[in-house]
Amino acid sequence: MTSTVRRLLLLLPTLFGVSIVVFLLLRLIPGDPAQVIMGLRATPEGLAAITRDLGLDLPLHEQYVRWLGALFSGDFGRDYRSNVPVTQLLATRLPVTLELTLLSLLLALIVAVPLGVRAAVHPNGIADKAASVLGLIGISIPDFWLGILLVLVFSLTLGLFPSSGFVPFSDGILANLRAFALPALTLATGLSAVLVRVTRSAVTEVLSRDFVRFLKAKGLPPRAIINRHVLRNASVPIITVIGMQFGYLLGGAVIVEQVFDLPGVGSLIVTATMERNYPVVQAGMLVVALLFILVNLGTDLLYAWLNPRLRGGAR
Amino acid sequence: MSVAASSRLRTLPKPTPAAIGAAIVLFLAVLALLAPYISPYDSESMDFNAVLSPPSLAHLFGTDNFGRDVLTRALFGLRVSLIAAIGSVAAAMVVGVPLGLMAGYRRGFVDAVIMRPVDVIMAFPAIVLVVALAGVFRQSLGLMTLAIGFVYFPIIVRVMRGAAIEVSDALFVEGARARGASHVRIMARHVLPNAITPVLVQASALMGVAILMEAAISFIGLGVQPPTPSLGLMLSDGRSYMGDAPWLVICPGLGILVAVLGFNLMGDGLPRLLDAANRRRK
Amino acid sequence: MSLLEVDHLRTEFETGGNWQEAVSDISFDLAGGEALGLVGESGCGKSTVAFSLMRLLPGNARLAGGRIGFDGKDLARIDEDEMRRMRGGRIGMMFQNPMTALDPAFRIGSQIGETLQTHFDVDRKEARRMALELLKSVAIPAAEERLDAYPHELSGGMRQRAALAIAIACRPRLLIADEPTTALDVTIQAQILRLIRSLLIEERGAGVLLITHDLGVVAHTCDRVAIMYAGEIVETGTVASVFANPLHPYTQALLEAAPNARTPRGSLATIPGRVPALGKRPSGCRFRGRCAFERPDCADPAGPPRVRLDKHREVACVLHAA
Repeated sequence: MTSTVRRLLLLLPTLFGVSIVVFLLLRLIPGDPAQVIMGLRATPEGLAAITRDLGLDLPLHEQYVRWLGALFSGDFGRDYRSNVPVTQLLATRLPVTLELTLLSLLLALIVAVPLGVRAAVHPNGIADKAASVLGLIGISIPDFWLGILLVLVFSLTLGLFPSSGFVPFSDGILANLRAFALPALTLATGLSAVLVRVTRSAVTEVLSRDFVRFLKAKGLPPRAIINRHVLRNASVPIITVIGMQFGYLLGGAVIVEQVFDLPGVGSLIVTATMERNYPVVQAGMLVVALLFILVNLGTDLLYAWLNPRLRGGAR
Repeated sequence: MSVAASSRLRTLPKPTPAAIGAAIVLFLAVLALLAPYISPYDSESMDFNAVLSPPSLAHLFGTDNFGRDVLTRALFGLRVSLIAAIGSVAAAMVVGVPLGLMAGYRRGFVDAVIMRPVDVIMAFPAIVLVVALAGVFRQSLGLMTLAIGFVYFPIIVRVMRGAAIEVSDALFVEGARARGASHVRIMARHVLPNAITPVLVQASALMGVAILMEAAISFIGLGVQPPTPSLGLMLSDGRSYMGDAPWLVICPGLGILVAVLGFNLMGDGLPRLLDAANRRRK
Repeated sequence: MSLLEVDHLRTEFETGGNWQEAVSDISFDLAGGEALGLVGESGCGKSTVAFSLMRLLPGNARLAGGRIGFDGKDLARIDEDEMRRMRGGRIGMMFQNPMTALDPAFRIGSQIGETLQTHFDVDRKEARRMALELLKSVAIPAAEERLDAYPHELSGGMRQRAALAIAIACRPRLLIADEPTTALDVTIQAQILRLIRSLLIEERGAGVLLITHDLGVVAHTCDRVAIMYAGEIVETGTVASVFANPLHPYTQALLEAAPNARTPRGSLATIPGRVPALGKRPSGCRFRGRCAFERPDCADPAGPPRVRLDKHREVACVLHAA
């Protein structure tokens, strides 16, 4: 059995557990779930209809099986407010969250990795001090506050970027990117702080290894040594951290989407929670958890690929 | 000043970041504790003659759209933040430390049984869980604190477990086992004291995270509700008037930043401090 | 004209705020087509000499004086760019530990090819072809497959062969080998040494500076030998004459202490005392306090006289002063 298959199998209990948690969420609320869903618009007929629809009168484990079955056939339920299938809602919202997350990741990589490398190569220099400051402030600053400040400066005062709202690709790539600029910058800051620290320590460790001196003895120029060899060897801890931080990115997206009024999965979960729109909350949580699990799996596989020793066949 | 005294001043050691952090935390804790006594105004008293007024001698950080003093509300909001932080981390430790100890020391079946639910909780980004829980347990400070603690106790379990595994493999544990000591006794007297350092470091980092989490949840409206003041709530309220009254958003945010900064600085320096104390003990 | 002329080389290390001399007044030369062994116990500074020649000293060390004559230039004075062109090109180096010397993330073939592409103007395909030839020349079995292997897939002996291939890839005039066989099995040791001898000395007439603590290796592979103690060279000469007739008391003690088939059981000779640490070296002759023949003039702060007995025979000891 290859290590990939083994990893996939180990996921099963976690996925199972996740589905149980999400399922139980609705049932944790005191009172009748149907009542909770309908809220103030409850009518006896409406309540009966929902109870029948969701099978709320069945024993718990049967409900779970039904629900799970529906999931596998692609039925995530309906938004009881608008009667729109939840899958449709997710389909429009997921790309927005993904774009935000990816742009933030890109931004963080572009800033943090070169800074961290330079900080490691020139200890106690400007880059090193900047990295320390960024590392500390970045993890201490509330992201919603940072977002507000950025809007204050770049939007209200300087008028460079929109203060909120989403512009789909169809209306122009540039406008779309401009709308994502401040949100991505906000989210990227926290990630950069973690990344710059990890990069600096990983590169410092690699630089102290024997083979680096051997590379110098071969006459390689320092640029090649850093960019080819050091980065390759340091990338393992860096990539591992990115995978772990992806959860932070997804979570941060929830807040940032609220601040900047972006129609993503995060803001969907928040709005649905406030409206007690539980099928939507459940679906949103499932999607986010799944995404996170997938990213972690991907990171594990990438780690194994980058580290030849782990490819399952080393001496 | 005498020559001796001034030369002693010159040789004062430069404060470490950890000391600065601890000083900040202590200062804020005192402020929060004494909030009802030192705040210039009542947190709810409204002065409709001074609505949205900029910082002045009367109102050090200005007033909001109801004429309430920002500084006062910030002090009370700080209280809430600290209560949430300390409460949630304490809850996480109370549950997480024993579980992590057991998982790391006993291994095998116990380990698997404990870690599976832990893995499940960690499969969700923290805020998603808190949002969902907040929706279920509608907004009370106590329940919110517990919810935050619940979301973060897995981290404590993992760190405790890792440290416990390392320590359990040490020889002196073997010795205790050979002497017939019970498992509980070994865990409590031998494993725990030697494995606690990374957990304490993690806990202090968690305090900062908990403060951010409470502020974030309150900001989006799912945390504490008015009239309970919260720094996050102040930020979301102040956002609407940001263009005309920027001080409404600067003060509370700065408060959060400084508090978290203090905890993080303290946490960074904790390992060195604890190791030195450990070494002195041995 | 010698290939390598080292004159009064000095290297310092910084410990706790002060700079201390680790290598003092080292002078030797090496001709093309000969192997010079630099022998001493661990801590005597022989590896430091190697790294000083290559100007690859760590951050807390520096060249403090002397001249390194090679290829018509003074390596101690040329700028870093020029030195970099020398490294891997005109001067090759082998490290002690084959486990850690190679980059674990890259295949052997690409690591050899990289050296070639740095110093020669060749493309990837050509570099790969040349790398294959090099692997064959160091007698790696199944060279074609080994080109695409990762370092962790090879045994220690094979890794050292690969390291040798990298060191000689650009046909250097000088090879500095820092304890190349210390981490290997005895049987492999002989093979590697044989390869070094044949590839560099016999085939190309290059010079080899072989640094080791193992007298057997020196006897096996070197033409001349220089004995180091506590940062200084105490005796030089051809292997034959030094081994047959050691002049310096330290050399004598070393040879006696080396166990061989004739050593009677239970009588392993040792040198009393310990090698002095960096800041704690005695003034005058550094072997003072451990020498069986110590005399009052050994304490002379000017140090023991360097007595030249012959073109290739020198010893630093009052016992042999005229």
